[in-house]
Amino acid sequence: MDAIAGHDHVDLKKHVRTYMLVFGSLMVLTLVTVGLRYLDLPVVPAIMIALAIAMVKGSLVACYFMHLISERKLILIIMLATVFFFFGVLLGPVVTELNEINPIK
Amino acid sequence: MSTAAIPYTVEARPDTGLNNVKLGIWLFLASEVMLFGSLFAAYIMLRTGNPAWGAGSELLSIPLATLNTVVLITSSVTMVMSWVAAMERKLGKFRLYMGSTVALGAVFMVVKGFEYAAKFEHHHPPAYSTFMACYFTFTGLHALHVLAGMGVNFYFGFLNTKMMASNPQQFANRVETAGLFWHFVDLVWIFLFPVLYLLNFGPLNHH
Repeated sequence: MDAIAGHDHVDLKKHVRTYMLVFGSLMVLTLVTVGLRYLDLPVVPAIMIALAIAMVKGSLVACYFMHLISERKLILIIMLATVFFFFGVLLGPVVTELNEINPIK
Repeated sequence: MSTAAIPYTVEARPDTGLNNVKLGIWLFLASEVMLFGSLFAAYIMLRTGNPAWGAGSELLSIPLATLNTVVLITSSVTMVMSWVAAMERKLGKFRLYMGSTVALGAVFMVVKGFEYAAKFEHHHPPAYSTFMACYFTFTGLHALHVLAGMGVNFYFGFLNTKMMASNPQQFANRVETAGLFWHFVDLVWIFLFPVLYLLNFGPLNHH
């Protein structure tokens, strides 16, 4: 098999097995996410659990379908920097406007 | 070297350890993360700041969205399988999987079309509420990304396959790159689905 930069000595059969495992996990997690809705959990736990499941699903897609788990560190650093900036965009306005959102009486 | 063009090659550059295309698409995806991330951040700000938020799930169809989630996840699998076929240089298998990916994307768009039509029929356009404005903006932008991905995938699947014979390494690299974009689109939906359809409650503030 010709070596493409980043995929030297690729064992495609092993990859396919991994993809199918990830596919199954994603389906199960999707059903769990939808099923949770009918448990009528209180707001905060519901949000935290649903987002935790979404992060697991997202990580599976990123690590295995997008090959991030075997990718060069440089890519991972770029994506971590992006996550850092995302939290900056999210928390910046929230923190500075906190008193407007939930006034301290 | 100032007149040298950026080479179309899958050779890894010595400074980054990656080929140009791979680094390029990941940088683009990083910018897309910021795009959708800003939208999510805006949604969180709007939601927590608005005590009069109605329960969006009363307005949206969870079964249809669940179907779309399953459709997109399956399309991600067929996309990565088409890359495997490109690596194996099996044209028939490649076309089958790539065609399935494009078809599943079309299914997603059709279901979205039904959803949107129903919203307008029931007089819930974007102007109805902040939530509906958010819903249409997020899913509309996402749908445009699905459409773009479908175009790219169709091109590689059916209009550019000669390269599989003439330059298989570059072709497989192209397919992988298209796959990275497609998986990202799936990833965005994985977050959009619970946030818009499942995690909506009535008024949070009970002051």
